[in-house]
Amino acid sequence: MTDHLLDVQSLSVEFHTAGGTVKAVQDVSWYLDRGEVLAILGESGSGKSVSAAAVMDLIDMPPGRISSGRILFEGRDLLQLSQAGRRAVNGRKIAMIFQDPLSHLNPVYTAGWQIEETLVIHGTRRREARAQTLDLLQRVGIPDPAASAAKYPHQFSGGQRQRLMIAMALALRPDILIADEPTTALDVTVQAQILSLLQDLQRETGMGMLLITHDLGVVAEIAARVVVMNSGRIVEHGSALDIYRNPSHPYTRDLIAAAPGKGDLPSNTDRRADALLDVQGLSKSFGQFEAVRNVTFDVMAGECVAIVGESGSGKSTLAKAILRLDEPSAGKAFYKGRDLFSLSDKELFNIRRQIQMVFQDPTQSLNPRMSIYELISEAWVIHKEILPRAQWHERVQQLLEQVGLSADHAQRYPHQFSGGQRQRIAIARALALEPELIVCDEAVSALDVQVQAQVIALLSDLRKKLDLAYIFIAHDLPVVRDFADRVIVMQGGSIVEQGSVRDIFENPQQSYTQNLLAASLDPDPEIQAARRAARSL
Amino acid sequence: MTDSQPVRELPSKLVQLLRMLWRDKLACIAAAFLLLVICCALFGPMMLEDLATKQNLRGRNAPPFDFSKNWTFWLGGDALGRPLLARIIVAAGNTMMVAAGAVFCSLLIGTTLGMIAGYTSKLTSQIILRLADVIMSFPSLLLAVIVLYMLPASVGNLVIVLAITRIPVYLRTARAEVLEIRERMFVQAARVMGASTPRIIFRHILPLVFPTLITIATLDFAFVMLAESSLSFLGIGIQPPEITWGLMVAQGRSYLTSAWWLSFWPGLAIIFTTLSLNLLSNWMRVALDPQQRWRLEMSTQND
Repeated sequence: MTDHLLDVQSLSVEFHTAGGTVKAVQDVSWYLDRGEVLAILGESGSGKSVSAAAVMDLIDMPPGRISSGRILFEGRDLLQLSQAGRRAVNGRKIAMIFQDPLSHLNPVYTAGWQIEETLVIHGTRRREARAQTLDLLQRVGIPDPAASAAKYPHQFSGGQRQRLMIAMALALRPDILIADEPTTALDVTVQAQILSLLQDLQRETGMGMLLITHDLGVVAEIAARVVVMNSGRIVEHGSALDIYRNPSHPYTRDLIAAAPGKGDLPSNTDRRADALLDVQGLSKSFGQFEAVRNVTFDVMAGECVAIVGESGSGKSTLAKAILRLDEPSAGKAFYKGRDLFSLSDKELFNIRRQIQMVFQDPTQSLNPRMSIYELISEAWVIHKEILPRAQWHERVQQLLEQVGLSADHAQRYPHQFSGGQRQRIAIARALALEPELIVCDEAVSALDVQVQAQVIALLSDLRKKLDLAYIFIAHDLPVVRDFADRVIVMQGGSIVEQGSVRDIFENPQQSYTQNLLAASLDPDPEIQAARRAARSL
Repeated sequence: MTDSQPVRELPSKLVQLLRMLWRDKLACIAAAFLLLVICCALFGPMMLEDLATKQNLRGRNAPPFDFSKNWTFWLGGDALGRPLLARIIVAAGNTMMVAAGAVFCSLLIGTTLGMIAGYTSKLTSQIILRLADVIMSFPSLLLAVIVLYMLPASVGNLVIVLAITRIPVYLRTARAEVLEIRERMFVQAARVMGASTPRIIFRHILPLVFPTLITIATLDFAFVMLAESSLSFLGIGIQPPEITWGLMVAQGRSYLTSAWWLSFWPGLAIIFTTLSLNLLSNWMRVALDPQQRWRLEMSTQND
């Protein structure tokens, strides 16, 4: 009855931690056939990677323990095999690629040597291995294979490193390729390239591919079947299109509803006349390298301006320069008519409270040694004129409730909260200073889709209530679409295009913007299929 | 105020800390031992000074565990027949003063300079670092010899010399940690809020650097005790009839084959003191870190 290539049957894995036993996956069953792509979709902590780790024997035991289930590969139960038996299957029959290719490539060996080594370990002769390596590099689209083989991992870009990992995984022609969030760390345009490479390779070799992801767009682009996981259990299982069209489980429904970029575009409204921030000709260079080149834009009071660009486009450097965390090389930035870059320290101190920042990773932007009360009230320790000490307690509780937390969270420490809650705390801290402009540097990029939607809803709600202006920095276009009034597209340190959301999304003028829009993935499998068809023409 | 939850956490910081100490039994024993040493250091010289310096030639190198003798001789007698137990208790005073003083001074100065070097301009940082390099490259014993030939060998001068030679350790560590922590996001967040440099250093950076430095300091404690004894051995440290543990170890060295207890007991005192300090600093590292604290708080719920 087991004619599937890989068949996971009622697998349960638990981890013994100091906090008690955690059931990472419970009673999980799925199968993978030759020549198909199965996606496991879930948010962080849903256990989506655990069953794949069990297949690859990557679970540390203890603390982990496989409490029940079987993993059948070509009819044999992998869990019953000896260590040597597992090694013969791993790599040769089942290969895996990971999210962060840099940490999985050894920095002291050349890329070519590492791929050769994989072949040599599994019994290919050195000279043949060399030839095969060059073929593989060619196949995964690395330019000039012979020269690239002699380079070290750090000399490649993120996308190329992922290509190297794929080459290494495919070296032994495995029957199954497991890809754990293969494109999460990559820019959208690179992501599209890698996904299409994976798809081509899968069709060519007829291997089965298991894709673990949190991104509905990735599922829509590449997977035929999908398994949706939530807190260690499979909630739904079916074809990607079916699940997108008719989700039967409420969790899946919420997940699909939370996907950004589906609302109606706001119509072009007249901009207010009073410019809150007016940046003129801002440049910032590090030595010879110009990170930001002659950037000019403005932000009106109460407006949300999104700055979108891929990594290395200079968007974060721009934000740091505006906040004077880094001194700009040239240019002016008028905040309410006064140039931020020529302020004295004292004037700068006074303006600090009006421009606040929310950082990408709330785990790092909150001091782990301070309680929530200390974190939020620090604003008033620094700016004493805002609030007399007697009212601090009350105000902290108010702020916590305003961002959707409970008042008695004040005595806890950041590590006791989830990622989304921590970002709420960071927002509460920014609000404590009663700012008029908040710079959000990738403020929702590290969060799960549903949490992302909640935080964005919170930000727009606060904007209405408090008449805040935002500079919203993101690499993800769909997120921006639901939230911003204006969009600025950056590439290589300069502004490529700017305009209202509607103009940018419906009528992008520059080819870079058009590419960026085309590369971002839609959660609807049919739309993605149509786009794929359009691309291949 | 609002719920029962905050009220439950309300007992004062000190009570909370003591409770956490009680839960880590090893740290508790260590704290008790250190308390004993401190008491010896404070009251020992006053009460046992005469007993510890009185020679008794009939009790020369008296073996330990002879319970027929006076209790001060239970650990044996030294080469001049002075009771070892009494001497160890009295020596605790000088030893603690020199070691604690030197460690504290070098910790304070080293950390301050390290923080400054890590957080301010490149020029200041370079000057401080080169100074540290000079101290490091200069043999510490030679430095001590030179200084102590010029100045009288008092406890105060000894502390100064030992402190200077140990400063670079703290300075280097503090600077390295500051360089890493200052780039962290929450320091940037504080700068965006307009926090002043002292505030960032004391509120955001120091609490994260401190546990590392304290751990080094406890290890350094033993080093300083032994360094002090080698100075005494050269005749420029604490001189007889004053006593320290290090000096006792040094004096007993020539009798190691015939009367091991002369060096053994003061050596044991040094080991136990350092070990206790280590255990306590280990506990402190956990107790002061909100992310680790649950390890100490949880065990009661399990008990």
